[in-house]
Amino acid sequence: MSWFARIVNVLRAGKLGQELDEELNFHLAERVDELVAGGMARDEARLEALRRFGNVTVHKERTRDVNVERILDLAVSDLRYAIRQLRLAPGFAAVAVLSLALGIGANTAIFQLIDALRLRSLPVQDPWELAAIDTAPDFYTSGNYRSRNRAFTYAQFEQLRMHQQAFSDVLAFGDIRFNLSRGGEARFAEGLFVSANYFKVLGVMPLLGRDFAATNDDRDCRDAGAILSYSFWQREFGGDGAVLGRTIQLNGQSFPVIGVAPKEFFGLEPGRRFDVAVPLCVDTLMADDGRGRMDIRHAWWLTLVGRLKPGWSVERASAHITQLSEVIFRETVPEVYRPDDVKAYLANKLRVVAAGTGISSLRRQYENPLWMLLVTTALVLLIACANLANLLLARASAREREIAIRQSLGASRTRLVSQLLSESFLLAALGGVLGALLAQLLSRALVAFLDSGSDPVFLNLDVNWRVFGFASVLSLLTCLLFGLTPAIRATGIAPANAMRGGRGTTTNAERNGLRRMLVVSQIALSLVLLVSALLFGRSLRNLLTAEAGLNADGVLLTRIDTTLPKLQPERRRQVFQQIEERTRSLPGAVSVGSAWLTPFGNSSWNQNVRAEGGVGTSAKKLVWMNLVGPGYFDTMQISLLAGRDFDSHDDRSAPKVAIVNEAFAKEVFNGENPVGRTFRAEEYAGKQDSLFQIVGLVRNTKYFGLRDEFRPFAYFPLNQAEEMPAAITIAARTHGPVNDVMAVVRRAVAEINP
Amino acid sequence: MSKPKNDVLQGTLTLLVLRVLHARGPMHGYAICNHIQSVSSDLLRVEEGSLYPALHRMEQEGWLASSSGVTEKGRKAKFYSITKSGLLQLEAEKESWSRLIRGVSRVLRYS
Repeated sequence: MSWFARIVNVLRAGKLGQELDEELNFHLAERVDELVAGGMARDEARLEALRRFGNVTVHKERTRDVNVERILDLAVSDLRYAIRQLRLAPGFAAVAVLSLALGIGANTAIFQLIDALRLRSLPVQDPWELAAIDTAPDFYTSGNYRSRNRAFTYAQFEQLRMHQQAFSDVLAFGDIRFNLSRGGEARFAEGLFVSANYFKVLGVMPLLGRDFAATNDDRDCRDAGAILSYSFWQREFGGDGAVLGRTIQLNGQSFPVIGVAPKEFFGLEPGRRFDVAVPLCVDTLMADDGRGRMDIRHAWWLTLVGRLKPGWSVERASAHITQLSEVIFRETVPEVYRPDDVKAYLANKLRVVAAGTGISSLRRQYENPLWMLLVTTALVLLIACANLANLLLARASAREREIAIRQSLGASRTRLVSQLLSESFLLAALGGVLGALLAQLLSRALVAFLDSGSDPVFLNLDVNWRVFGFASVLSLLTCLLFGLTPAIRATGIAPANAMRGGRGTTTNAERNGLRRMLVVSQIALSLVLLVSALLFGRSLRNLLTAEAGLNADGVLLTRIDTTLPKLQPERRRQVFQQIEERTRSLPGAVSVGSAWLTPFGNSSWNQNVRAEGGVGTSAKKLVWMNLVGPGYFDTMQISLLAGRDFDSHDDRSAPKVAIVNEAFAKEVFNGENPVGRTFRAEEYAGKQDSLFQIVGLVRNTKYFGLRDEFRPFAYFPLNQAEEMPAAITIAARTHGPVNDVMAVVRRAVAEINP
Repeated sequence: MSKPKNDVLQGTLTLLVLRVLHARGPMHGYAICNHIQSVSSDLLRVEEGSLYPALHRMEQEGWLASSSGVTEKGRKAKFYSITKSGLLQLEAEKESWSRLIRGVSRVLRYS
């Protein structure tokens, strides 16, 4: 208790001092009275009393030290002094605090992102027990894909669950974007397909209602409900407690709301969040063909995560699952694969990776750049420190005489250094507080920069103890970094030299040497930063323009989805054509073109092809494919290098044609001009292969991401597709503000709406 | 400057103060000081100022409690009284004092 009282007493030192004065004065007064009563003159008695008492000041200080924590007391008075000093130099203080705030703020902001993306554990029960199923290198797959993560088929999920021993249970989930409206303009919500055991395996209890434990993972989905995320519940239902039993429209179908997830639960992917979770079988309900991907063995759409049994490490589980791979793949061979595909498929291996901090495509994309950014901002902070150290050195030489006087009055060097350091500490603390506030703005701005409308990013940026600790430690370090050396230097001059008015020649040279060193290191660091900023800017420009191979600036993409009106394929074609025509006739429209899949979406489609007619490689190659309409390449500014674009004659009655990119020409035709040549696209087993004549060659474009390599692509005319897709994207390059164009397109779509 | 020989031995002040307060009830610092001197027939003299750090330390340790009161002469003063843990401490100090005496006298007698 006593140490606590001593610390508290620091704050009431003034009152204590007064009480002590009273006590000692009482003692002296009593003694004087007694001496006077004994016959002494009052003046003499007073002196005698003081003599008997001893050194009043010393006793007072000793008593005070008994009551008050000395170090803390000194620190408080040092801080008071520092505040006074900084008030005297408001300009210096402002510059110092601001530059520190910027440095600390930038560092904290980046750290906050890293923390949210990498360090924070998932908000589930015992997150360290979670592990994700992953594929070994050189994994062979073919089929269609929809996932941000490593994807598996439903059949593989079933087999894995049946055979594995390492996990107490394995869950599966896939992502989807739901349309919340009943028709007309779409309103989107981020959706999750989850296996029935999803919430149970994670140990996440719904805030309201129940989880899917009662549902089965089989195809019968009549009583499926939806579980809302907390934020979606707040947003769409105003946090209404009576939400259970109400219904929600998802892609045109009604589902009862059966539960609400807890507030902190965002799913298993840091950087993403879900709005609505539904059982896997809902995919079947929503499928065009009434089958859905659960039955399709070449539909890769599920992420698999398991909870390790007690005593199982990730390594042991990985070995176990790798061993099981053969069984799992043997039981799940897609029926559509040809024999050689099957062989490659059976040779695949699985493994297990830790997932306690979640699975994140964002992490793969941004983790290294974020660490690099942190290093860069740390350099900025170093420069700020060097700068401040220099300023403090200059200030110290201005205060040489003051310090010399204090030293000759008996102030010890440690006391002086600690006094100067408390000034630095005050600056660092102010900079730290301001920087932490600034970091909140900066990190949110960074997230907003990563976020794009079609690919929302959501990070929990609440300040936790890690972020707080990071900012505090950073402030303390900077304080020592920029404050200590100047303080030690400033007090190291013999007082006599300083008092003489001149400066000791040696110390002078020494100090200038230090300042020169600081300036040099500042310049060096700045140069490093400048160069890296230039490089960064260049690669940003490259990424944004040249290397994508296409230019989407000024292009308005309209996604037309006919799943809700349930149009027949032939009718779809007409609707799409009408909307395209209307868009083309817009004032300001330069060019218009349609495509089935858009670059940088998460969907893709690939097939094996082989060159025909004895040219090119004889081996088959896996290439990516897309359906596009006339004018698409022009609109996206993908240059046509040879041949022609598709035109209105390329329809079902005309011979099948294709346009390929340079990578395709290189891989399939060994780099020869492919225009006029023919290739065979392998259909699934049992179906007749198709032959396509190449009519055009286009430049390479990025598809999966800007950092991805160029992949071989073949484009087919939308009008020659066996079945018109339910949804296409119409790209329109226009003059004039996007908002105006958007309004016009909206109106056109509404008018045509069947 | 040589110290008077009858200065209170370092460390015994606590014992004396605790004993006085135990025997006489609450007192202020001046009275404690006078009391020690008079009871010891002026053999022991407390350097008056050094009493106060000691008193405050003992209060911090929890051996003494203090309250402010008014003397017969109408002056405001701080009165100290012994606490329960002060009583325990008094016993311990007495014990160690008598050990010291025994030890010292043995050395004087037998060496």
